[in-house]
Amino acid sequence: MLEHLELFFRSIFVDNMVFAVFLGMCSYLAVSKKVSTAVGLGAAVIFVLGVTVPLNWLLDQYLLQDGALAWLGPEYAEYDLSFLSFILFIATIATMVQLVEIVVEKFSPSLYNSLGIFLPLIAVNCAILGGSLFMQTREIPDIGLALNYGISSGIGWFLAILAIAAIREKIRYSNVPAPLRGLGITFIITGLMGIGFQSFGGMLTGDNEPPEETQTTTAETQKEDNEIKKEIEDKEKAVSYNDALNK
Amino acid sequence: MALLSKKDANLIKDPLADNNPITIQVLGICSALAITAELKASVVMAISVLFVLGVGNVVISLIRNIIPAKIRIIVQLVVVASLVIIVDQVLKAFAYELSKTLSVFVGLIITNCIIMGRFEAFALGNGPWKSFLDGIGNALGYGVILVIVGFFRELLGSGTLFGMKVLGDPVTKTGLYSIGYENNGFMIIPPAALIVVGIIIWVQRSRNRELIEEA
Repeated sequence: MLEHLELFFRSIFVDNMVFAVFLGMCSYLAVSKKVSTAVGLGAAVIFVLGVTVPLNWLLDQYLLQDGALAWLGPEYAEYDLSFLSFILFIATIATMVQLVEIVVEKFSPSLYNSLGIFLPLIAVNCAILGGSLFMQTREIPDIGLALNYGISSGIGWFLAILAIAAIREKIRYSNVPAPLRGLGITFIITGLMGIGFQSFGGMLTGDNEPPEETQTTTAETQKEDNEIKKEIEDKEKAVSYNDALNK
Repeated sequence: MALLSKKDANLIKDPLADNNPITIQVLGICSALAITAELKASVVMAISVLFVLGVGNVVISLIRNIIPAKIRIIVQLVVVASLVIIVDQVLKAFAYELSKTLSVFVGLIITNCIIMGRFEAFALGNGPWKSFLDGIGNALGYGVILVIVGFFRELLGSGTLFGMKVLGDPVTKTGLYSIGYENNGFMIIPPAALIVVGIIIWVQRSRNRELIEEA
Protein backbone atom coordinates (compact mmCIF):
# COMPACT_ATOMS: atom_id res chain seq x y z
CA MET A 1 0.00 0.00 0.00
CA LEU A 2 2.75 2.36 1.01
CA GLU A 3 4.67 1.80 -2.21
CA HIS A 4 1.51 2.56 -4.20
CA LEU A 5 1.14 5.82 -2.34
CA GLU A 6 4.78 6.73 -2.83
CA LEU A 7 4.72 5.94 -6.56
CA PHE A 8 1.52 7.97 -6.87
CA PHE A 9 3.01 11.12 -5.35
CA ARG A 10 6.37 10.60 -7.00
CA SER A 11 4.86 10.42 -10.49
CA ILE A 12 2.60 13.42 -9.99
CA PHE A 13 4.99 15.84 -8.30
CA VAL A 14 8.62 14.70 -8.20
CA ASP A 15 8.92 13.05 -11.62
CA ASN A 16 6.27 15.21 -13.24
CA MET A 17 6.05 14.34 -16.94
CA VAL A 18 6.28 17.94 -18.08
CA PHE A 19 8.55 19.62 -15.55
CA ALA A 20 11.07 16.88 -14.82
CA VAL A 21 11.42 15.02 -18.12
CA PHE A 22 9.69 17.32 -20.66
CA LEU A 23 7.40 14.72 -22.15
CA GLY A 24 4.46 15.80 -24.23
CA MET A 25 5.79 19.34 -24.60
CA CYS A 26 4.53 19.71 -28.16
CA SER A 27 0.85 19.36 -27.35
CA TYR A 28 1.48 21.05 -24.00
CA LEU A 29 2.54 24.20 -25.83
CA ALA A 30 0.09 23.94 -28.71
CA VAL A 31 -3.14 23.17 -26.84
CA SER A 32 -2.71 25.33 -23.74
CA LYS A 33 -4.29 28.55 -24.99
CA LYS A 34 -7.66 27.87 -23.34
CA VAL A 35 -8.45 26.10 -20.07
CA SER A 36 -11.42 24.17 -21.48
CA THR A 37 -9.45 22.53 -24.31
CA ALA A 38 -6.54 21.88 -21.96
CA VAL A 39 -8.85 19.98 -19.62
CA GLY A 40 -10.14 17.85 -22.51
CA LEU A 41 -6.66 16.89 -23.66
CA GLY A 42 -5.47 16.29 -20.10
CA ALA A 43 -8.36 13.92 -19.40
CA ALA A 44 -7.65 12.03 -22.62
CA VAL A 45 -3.97 11.67 -21.64
CA ILE A 46 -4.83 10.27 -18.19
CA PHE A 47 -7.18 7.78 -19.82
CA VAL A 48 -4.82 6.59 -22.55
CA LEU A 49 -1.83 6.35 -20.20
CA GLY A 50 -3.95 4.33 -17.77
CA VAL A 51 -4.79 1.88 -20.54
CA THR A 52 -1.50 1.60 -22.42
CA VAL A 53 1.02 1.41 -19.57
CA PRO A 54 -0.43 -1.80 -18.03
CA LEU A 55 -0.88 -3.29 -21.52
CA ASN A 56 2.72 -2.59 -22.45
CA TRP A 57 3.77 -3.90 -19.04
CA LEU A 58 2.18 -7.24 -19.95
CA LEU A 59 3.87 -7.22 -23.35
CA ASP A 60 7.21 -6.40 -21.77
CA GLN A 61 6.83 -9.08 -19.10
CA TYR A 62 5.62 -11.96 -21.28
CA LEU A 63 7.09 -11.21 -24.70
CA LEU A 64 9.99 -8.80 -24.78
CA GLN A 65 12.23 -9.11 -21.73
CA ASP A 66 15.28 -11.31 -21.62
CA GLY A 67 13.92 -14.80 -20.98
CA ALA A 68 10.30 -13.62 -21.05
CA LEU A 69 9.30 -16.31 -23.53
CA ALA A 70 10.02 -19.06 -20.99
CA TRP A 71 6.29 -19.73 -20.61
CA LEU A 72 6.27 -21.11 -24.17
CA GLY A 73 8.70 -23.84 -23.25
CA PRO A 74 12.27 -24.17 -22.00
CA GLU A 75 13.78 -23.90 -25.50
CA TYR A 76 12.44 -20.34 -25.82
CA ALA A 77 13.93 -19.18 -22.53
CA GLU A 78 17.06 -17.69 -24.03
CA TYR A 79 15.41 -15.28 -26.45
CA ASP A 80 15.75 -11.56 -25.72
CA LEU A 81 13.39 -9.54 -27.88
CA SER A 82 13.76 -6.25 -26.03
CA PHE A 83 15.10 -4.52 -29.17
CA LEU A 84 11.58 -4.82 -30.57
CA SER A 85 10.02 -2.89 -27.70
CA PHE A 86 9.86 0.49 -29.51
CA ILE A 87 7.92 -0.82 -32.45
CA LEU A 88 5.62 -2.99 -30.34
CA PHE A 89 4.89 -0.25 -27.81
CA ILE A 90 4.05 2.31 -30.45
CA ALA A 91 1.87 -0.19 -32.30
CA THR A 92 -0.04 -0.95 -29.10
CA ILE A 93 -0.49 2.74 -28.43
CA ALA A 94 -1.69 3.53 -31.95
CA THR A 95 -4.17 0.65 -32.00
CA MET A 96 -5.42 1.35 -28.47
CA VAL A 97 -6.03 4.98 -29.33
CA GLN A 98 -7.95 3.96 -32.43
CA LEU A 99 -9.94 1.40 -30.45
CA VAL A 100 -10.73 3.81 -27.64
CA GLU A 101 -11.89 6.34 -30.19
CA ILE A 102 -14.28 3.87 -31.82
CA VAL A 103 -15.67 2.63 -28.50
CA VAL A 104 -16.17 6.11 -27.09
CA GLU A 105 -17.84 7.28 -30.29
CA LYS A 106 -20.26 4.35 -30.16
CA PHE A 107 -21.22 4.45 -26.50
CA SER A 108 -20.86 8.02 -25.37
CA PRO A 109 -21.22 10.58 -28.15
CA SER A 110 -21.12 13.47 -25.69
CA LEU A 111 -17.77 12.36 -24.28
CA TYR A 112 -16.59 11.76 -27.84
CA ASN A 113 -17.48 15.30 -28.80
CA SER A 114 -15.52 16.78 -25.93
CA LEU A 115 -12.59 14.35 -26.15
CA GLY A 116 -12.73 13.06 -29.70
CA ILE A 117 -10.61 15.66 -31.47
CA PHE A 118 -7.74 15.08 -29.08
CA LEU A 119 -7.58 11.31 -29.30
CA PRO A 120 -5.73 11.03 -32.64
CA LEU A 121 -3.32 13.72 -31.43
CA ILE A 122 -2.44 11.56 -28.49
CA ALA A 123 -1.02 8.67 -30.51
CA VAL A 124 2.03 10.79 -31.25
CA ASN A 125 2.22 12.47 -27.84
CA CYS A 126 5.61 11.64 -26.38
CA ALA A 127 4.14 11.47 -22.88
CA ILE A 128 2.32 8.26 -23.80
CA LEU A 129 5.28 6.43 -25.31
CA GLY A 130 7.52 7.95 -22.63
CA GLY A 131 5.27 6.50 -19.93
CA SER A 132 5.70 3.02 -21.37
CA LEU A 133 9.46 3.41 -21.86
CA PHE A 134 10.01 4.72 -18.34
CA MET A 135 7.85 1.88 -17.04
CA GLN A 136 10.30 -0.45 -18.78
CA THR A 137 13.53 1.18 -17.58
CA ARG A 138 12.31 1.57 -13.99
CA GLU A 139 11.42 -2.11 -13.88
CA ILE A 140 8.05 -1.68 -12.21
CA PRO A 141 7.43 -5.02 -10.46
CA ASP A 142 3.69 -5.74 -10.86
CA ILE A 143 0.73 -4.75 -12.97
CA GLY A 144 -1.05 -2.90 -10.16
CA LEU A 145 1.89 -0.54 -9.84
CA ALA A 146 2.05 -0.20 -13.63
CA LEU A 147 -1.59 0.90 -13.68
CA ASN A 148 -0.89 3.27 -10.81
CA TYR A 149 2.14 4.67 -12.63
CA GLY A 150 0.18 5.24 -15.84
CA ILE A 151 -2.71 7.04 -14.17
CA SER A 152 -0.62 9.15 -11.79
CA SER A 153 1.74 10.27 -14.58
CA GLY A 154 -1.34 11.26 -16.51
CA ILE A 155 -2.61 13.28 -13.55
CA GLY A 156 0.76 15.02 -13.32
CA TRP A 157 0.56 15.97 -16.99
CA PHE A 158 -3.05 17.12 -16.53
CA LEU A 159 -2.06 19.40 -13.64
CA ALA A 160 0.77 20.90 -15.66
CA ILE A 161 -1.32 21.72 -18.74
CA LEU A 162 -4.15 23.04 -16.58
CA ALA A 163 -1.78 25.36 -14.75
CA ILE A 164 -0.11 26.74 -17.86
CA ALA A 165 -3.45 27.24 -19.63
CA ALA A 166 -4.77 29.24 -16.69
CA ILE A 167 -1.63 31.37 -16.61
CA ARG A 168 -1.77 31.95 -20.37
CA GLU A 169 -5.38 33.10 -20.15
CA LYS A 170 -4.38 35.66 -17.53
CA ILE A 171 -1.18 36.80 -19.18
CA ARG A 172 -3.07 37.92 -22.26
CA TYR A 173 -3.82 41.14 -20.37
CA SER A 174 -0.21 41.76 -19.37
CA ASN A 175 2.35 43.87 -21.15
CA VAL A 176 4.83 41.24 -22.35
CA PRO A 177 7.78 42.47 -24.50
CA ALA A 178 6.75 41.98 -28.13
CA PRO A 179 9.43 39.44 -29.15
CA LEU A 180 8.61 37.28 -26.12
CA ARG A 181 4.88 37.22 -26.78
CA GLY A 182 3.29 33.81 -27.20
CA LEU A 183 5.86 31.06 -27.37
CA GLY A 184 8.78 32.76 -25.65
CA ILE A 185 7.00 33.75 -22.48
CA THR A 186 5.34 30.33 -22.27
CA PHE A 187 8.75 28.68 -22.29
CA ILE A 188 10.04 30.92 -19.54
CA ILE A 189 6.94 30.50 -17.37
CA THR A 190 7.19 26.73 -17.76
CA GLY A 191 10.83 26.93 -16.72
CA LEU A 192 9.92 28.88 -13.58
CA MET A 193 7.12 26.44 -12.77
CA GLY A 194 9.59 23.61 -13.25
CA ILE A 195 11.96 25.19 -10.74
CA GLY A 196 9.03 25.37 -8.33
CA PHE A 197 8.31 21.70 -8.88
CA GLN A 198 11.97 20.87 -8.19
CA SER A 199 11.27 21.67 -4.56
CA PHE A 200 9.07 18.56 -4.35
CA GLY A 201 12.28 16.59 -4.85
CA GLY A 202 12.97 16.50 -1.12
CA MET A 203 9.41 15.55 -0.21
CA LEU A 204 9.92 11.79 -0.47
CA THR A 205 12.92 9.76 0.57
CA GLY A 206 14.89 11.34 -2.27
CA ASP A 207 16.65 8.08 -3.05
CA ASN A 208 17.28 8.96 -6.68
CA GLU A 209 20.10 11.37 -5.84
CA PRO A 210 22.95 9.76 -3.94
CA PRO A 211 23.60 11.71 -0.73
CA GLU A 212 27.01 13.35 -0.92
CA GLU A 213 28.00 12.71 2.69
CA THR A 214 28.10 8.95 2.34
CA GLN A 215 30.32 9.29 -0.72
CA THR A 216 32.86 11.40 1.13
CA THR A 217 32.70 9.11 4.15
CA THR A 218 33.38 6.08 2.01
CA ALA A 219 36.28 7.94 0.45
CA GLU A 220 37.57 8.83 3.91
CA THR A 221 37.16 5.31 5.26
CA GLN A 222 39.02 4.06 2.20
CA LYS A 223 41.80 6.52 2.96
CA GLU A 224 41.91 5.34 6.57
CA ASP A 225 41.92 1.73 5.43
CA ASN A 226 44.85 2.45 3.16
CA GLU A 227 46.73 4.16 5.99
CA ILE A 228 46.09 1.23 8.35
CA LYS A 229 47.26 -1.18 5.66
CA LYS A 230 50.39 0.91 5.18
CA GLU A 231 51.09 0.88 8.91
CA ILE A 232 50.63 -2.88 9.07
CA GLU A 233 52.92 -3.31 6.10
CA ASP A 234 55.51 -1.02 7.68
CA LYS A 235 55.34 -2.97 10.94
CA GLU A 236 55.71 -6.24 9.09
CA LYS A 237 58.68 -4.84 7.21
CA ALA A 238 60.22 -3.68 10.47
CA VAL A 239 59.57 -7.07 12.07
CA SER A 240 61.14 -8.98 9.19
CA TYR A 241 64.06 -6.50 9.25
CA ASN A 242 64.49 -7.12 12.99
CA ASP A 243 64.24 -10.85 12.39
CA ALA A 244 66.95 -10.60 9.76
CA LEU A 245 69.09 -8.58 12.17
CA ASN A 246 68.59 -11.11 14.99
CA LYS A 247 69.68 -13.90 12.72
CA MET B 1 26.18 25.70 -54.50
CA ALA B 2 26.11 24.53 -58.07
CA LEU B 3 24.82 21.13 -57.04
CA LEU B 4 21.58 22.55 -55.75
CA SER B 5 19.19 24.91 -57.46
CA LYS B 6 18.27 27.99 -55.48
CA LYS B 7 14.92 26.55 -54.52
CA ASP B 8 16.53 23.36 -53.26
CA ALA B 9 19.10 25.29 -51.27
CA ASN B 10 16.30 27.15 -49.54
CA LEU B 11 14.90 23.83 -48.38
CA ILE B 12 18.02 23.45 -46.29
CA LYS B 13 18.55 27.08 -45.37
CA ASP B 14 15.07 28.06 -44.21
CA PRO B 15 14.75 25.65 -41.28
CA LEU B 16 18.11 26.84 -39.95
CA ALA B 17 16.79 30.30 -39.18
CA ASP B 18 13.43 31.76 -40.11
CA ASN B 19 11.49 28.52 -40.18
CA ASN B 20 13.31 26.72 -37.41
CA PRO B 21 11.48 23.59 -36.28
CA ILE B 22 11.95 24.31 -32.58
CA THR B 23 11.62 28.05 -32.18
CA ILE B 24 9.10 28.76 -34.96
CA GLN B 25 7.24 25.57 -35.84
CA VAL B 26 7.24 24.42 -32.18
CA LEU B 27 8.03 20.82 -33.05
CA GLY B 28 10.22 18.34 -31.23
CA ILE B 29 10.61 20.22 -27.99
CA CYS B 30 10.51 17.19 -25.70
CA SER B 31 13.86 15.70 -26.51
CA ALA B 32 15.45 19.07 -27.17
CA LEU B 33 15.20 20.00 -23.52
CA ALA B 34 15.78 16.84 -21.59
CA ILE B 35 19.20 15.83 -22.88
CA THR B 36 20.96 19.16 -23.34
CA ALA B 37 22.77 19.31 -20.00
CA GLU B 38 25.89 18.08 -21.83
CA LEU B 39 27.14 19.12 -25.23
CA LYS B 40 28.15 15.59 -26.22
CA ALA B 41 24.67 14.18 -25.67
CA SER B 42 23.16 17.06 -27.66
CA VAL B 43 25.45 16.40 -30.63
CA VAL B 44 24.71 12.67 -30.63
CA MET B 45 20.99 13.35 -30.39
CA ALA B 46 21.21 15.81 -33.30
CA ILE B 47 23.03 13.24 -35.45
CA SER B 48 20.48 10.54 -34.61
CA VAL B 49 17.62 12.79 -35.60
CA LEU B 50 19.48 13.77 -38.78
CA PHE B 51 19.72 10.11 -39.77
CA VAL B 52 16.14 9.22 -38.90
CA LEU B 53 14.61 12.28 -40.53
CA GLY B 54 16.79 12.15 -43.67
CA VAL B 55 16.21 8.47 -44.38
CA GLY B 56 12.61 8.45 -43.13
CA ASN B 57 11.61 11.35 -45.38
CA VAL B 58 13.03 9.54 -48.43
CA VAL B 59 11.27 6.27 -47.56
CA ILE B 60 7.92 7.93 -46.97
CA SER B 61 8.29 9.97 -50.15
CA LEU B 62 9.04 6.82 -52.17
CA ILE B 63 5.98 4.96 -50.90
CA ARG B 64 3.70 8.00 -50.68
CA ASN B 65 1.55 6.89 -53.62
CA ILE B 66 0.82 3.43 -52.31
CA ILE B 67 0.01 4.25 -48.66
CA PRO B 68 -3.76 4.22 -48.06
CA ALA B 69 -4.61 7.57 -46.51
CA LYS B 70 -6.52 6.03 -43.62
CA ILE B 71 -3.66 4.06 -42.12
CA ARG B 72 -0.83 6.44 -43.00
CA ILE B 73 -0.12 7.34 -39.36
CA ILE B 74 0.56 3.72 -38.48
CA VAL B 75 2.71 3.24 -41.60
CA GLN B 76 4.72 6.32 -40.67
CA LEU B 77 5.13 5.12 -37.09
CA VAL B 78 6.41 1.74 -38.29
CA VAL B 79 8.97 3.37 -40.60
CA VAL B 80 10.23 5.69 -37.85
CA ALA B 81 10.26 2.95 -35.23
CA SER B 82 12.38 0.70 -37.44
CA LEU B 83 14.88 3.49 -38.10
CA VAL B 84 15.03 4.36 -34.41
CA ILE B 85 15.68 0.72 -33.51
CA ILE B 86 18.71 0.84 -35.84
CA VAL B 87 19.98 4.02 -34.16
CA ASP B 88 19.41 2.54 -30.71
CA GLN B 89 21.28 -0.67 -31.51
CA VAL B 90 24.20 1.22 -33.06
CA LEU B 91 24.44 3.49 -30.00
CA LYS B 92 24.32 0.53 -27.64
CA ALA B 93 27.08 -1.19 -29.60
CA PHE B 94 29.50 1.72 -30.07
CA ALA B 95 28.66 4.28 -27.38
CA TYR B 96 27.19 2.37 -24.47
CA GLU B 97 27.81 5.05 -21.83
CA LEU B 98 26.15 7.68 -23.97
CA SER B 99 23.16 5.49 -24.72
CA LYS B 100 22.71 5.17 -20.94
CA THR B 101 22.65 8.97 -20.57
CA LEU B 102 20.16 9.35 -23.40
CA SER B 103 18.12 6.45 -21.92
CA VAL B 104 14.54 6.56 -23.13
CA PHE B 105 15.05 9.67 -25.22
CA VAL B 106 16.42 7.68 -28.14
CA GLY B 107 13.14 5.77 -28.18
CA LEU B 108 11.26 9.02 -27.94
CA ILE B 109 12.62 10.09 -31.34
CA ILE B 110 9.69 7.98 -32.62
CA THR B 111 7.18 10.41 -31.22
CA ASN B 112 9.33 13.45 -31.89
CA CYS B 113 6.84 15.74 -33.56
CA ILE B 114 9.45 17.03 -36.04
CA ILE B 115 9.53 13.66 -37.73
CA MET B 116 5.80 13.11 -38.02
CA GLY B 117 5.35 16.79 -38.81
CA ARG B 118 7.75 16.71 -41.77
CA PHE B 119 6.33 13.41 -43.05
CA GLU B 120 2.84 14.86 -43.04
CA ALA B 121 3.70 18.31 -44.27
CA PHE B 122 6.37 17.55 -46.84
CA ALA B 123 7.30 13.97 -47.67
CA LEU B 124 3.71 12.97 -48.51
CA GLY B 125 3.57 15.58 -51.25
CA ASN B 126 7.06 15.79 -52.72
CA GLY B 127 9.65 13.68 -54.51
CA PRO B 128 12.45 11.79 -52.76
CA TRP B 129 15.29 14.25 -53.47
CA LYS B 130 13.38 17.28 -52.22
CA SER B 131 12.15 15.32 -49.22
CA PHE B 132 15.71 14.32 -48.43
CA LEU B 133 16.86 17.94 -48.50
CA ASP B 134 13.89 19.01 -46.39
CA GLY B 135 14.66 16.28 -43.87
CA ILE B 136 18.32 17.25 -43.65
CA GLY B 137 17.46 20.93 -43.35
CA ASN B 138 14.97 20.47 -40.56
CA ALA B 139 17.19 18.06 -38.68
CA LEU B 140 20.02 20.61 -38.92
CA GLY B 141 17.75 23.37 -37.66
CA TYR B 142 16.84 21.15 -34.74
CA GLY B 143 20.49 20.27 -34.15
CA VAL B 144 21.57 23.92 -34.13
CA ILE B 145 19.23 24.75 -31.25
CA LEU B 146 20.24 21.59 -29.39
CA VAL B 147 23.92 22.46 -29.70
CA ILE B 148 23.40 26.09 -28.65
CA VAL B 149 21.41 25.08 -25.58
CA GLY B 150 23.86 22.30 -24.74
CA PHE B 151 26.83 24.68 -25.14
CA PHE B 152 25.49 27.26 -22.70
CA ARG B 153 24.17 24.75 -20.18
CA GLU B 154 27.41 22.79 -20.01
CA LEU B 155 29.66 25.87 -20.06
CA LEU B 156 27.78 27.82 -17.40
CA GLY B 157 26.61 24.81 -15.42
CA SER B 158 29.73 22.69 -15.11
CA GLY B 159 32.42 24.87 -16.70
CA THR B 160 33.22 22.18 -19.23
CA LEU B 161 32.76 21.58 -22.97
CA PHE B 162 32.59 17.99 -24.23
CA GLY B 163 33.76 17.08 -20.69
CA MET B 164 36.95 19.19 -20.95
CA LYS B 165 37.56 21.81 -18.29
CA VAL B 166 37.72 25.03 -20.32
CA LEU B 167 37.31 27.51 -17.47
CA GLY B 168 39.93 26.03 -15.18
CA ASP B 169 39.54 23.65 -12.26
CA PRO B 170 36.88 24.52 -9.64
CA VAL B 171 38.56 22.38 -6.97
CA THR B 172 42.13 23.63 -7.22
CA LYS B 173 40.95 27.18 -8.13
CA THR B 174 42.79 27.71 -11.39
CA GLY B 175 41.76 29.82 -14.40
CA LEU B 176 38.58 31.84 -13.95
CA TYR B 177 37.89 30.19 -10.61
CA SER B 178 40.96 31.89 -9.09
CA ILE B 179 39.23 35.26 -9.33
CA GLY B 180 36.07 34.04 -7.61
CA TYR B 181 34.00 32.64 -10.49
CA GLU B 182 31.53 29.94 -9.51
CA ASN B 183 29.64 27.38 -11.59
CA ASN B 184 25.95 28.06 -11.87
CA GLY B 185 24.46 24.78 -10.66
CA PHE B 186 21.11 26.15 -11.73
CA MET B 187 21.91 25.45 -15.39
CA ILE B 188 22.18 21.71 -14.78
CA ILE B 189 18.61 21.21 -13.57
CA PRO B 190 16.05 20.49 -16.31
CA PRO B 191 13.93 23.68 -16.13
CA ALA B 192 16.93 25.82 -17.05
CA ALA B 193 16.72 24.39 -20.58
CA LEU B 194 13.27 25.93 -20.98
CA ILE B 195 14.56 29.31 -19.94
CA VAL B 196 17.54 29.10 -22.31
CA VAL B 197 15.22 28.22 -25.23
CA GLY B 198 12.93 31.07 -24.19
CA ILE B 199 15.87 33.46 -24.40
CA ILE B 200 16.91 32.09 -27.81
CA ILE B 201 13.36 32.77 -29.06
CA TRP B 202 13.53 36.26 -27.60
CA VAL B 203 16.81 37.03 -29.37
CA GLN B 204 15.65 35.56 -32.66
CA ARG B 205 12.38 37.47 -32.67
CA SER B 206 13.99 40.75 -31.69
CA ARG B 207 16.28 40.44 -34.69
CA ASN B 208 13.53 39.48 -37.09
CA ARG B 209 10.42 41.43 -36.18
CA GLU B 210 8.23 39.64 -38.75
CA LEU B 211 8.21 36.56 -36.54
CA ILE B 212 6.53 38.27 -33.60
CA GLU B 213 3.18 36.67 -32.72
CA GLU B 214 0.00 38.70 -32.55
CA ALA B 215 -1.14 38.61 -28.94
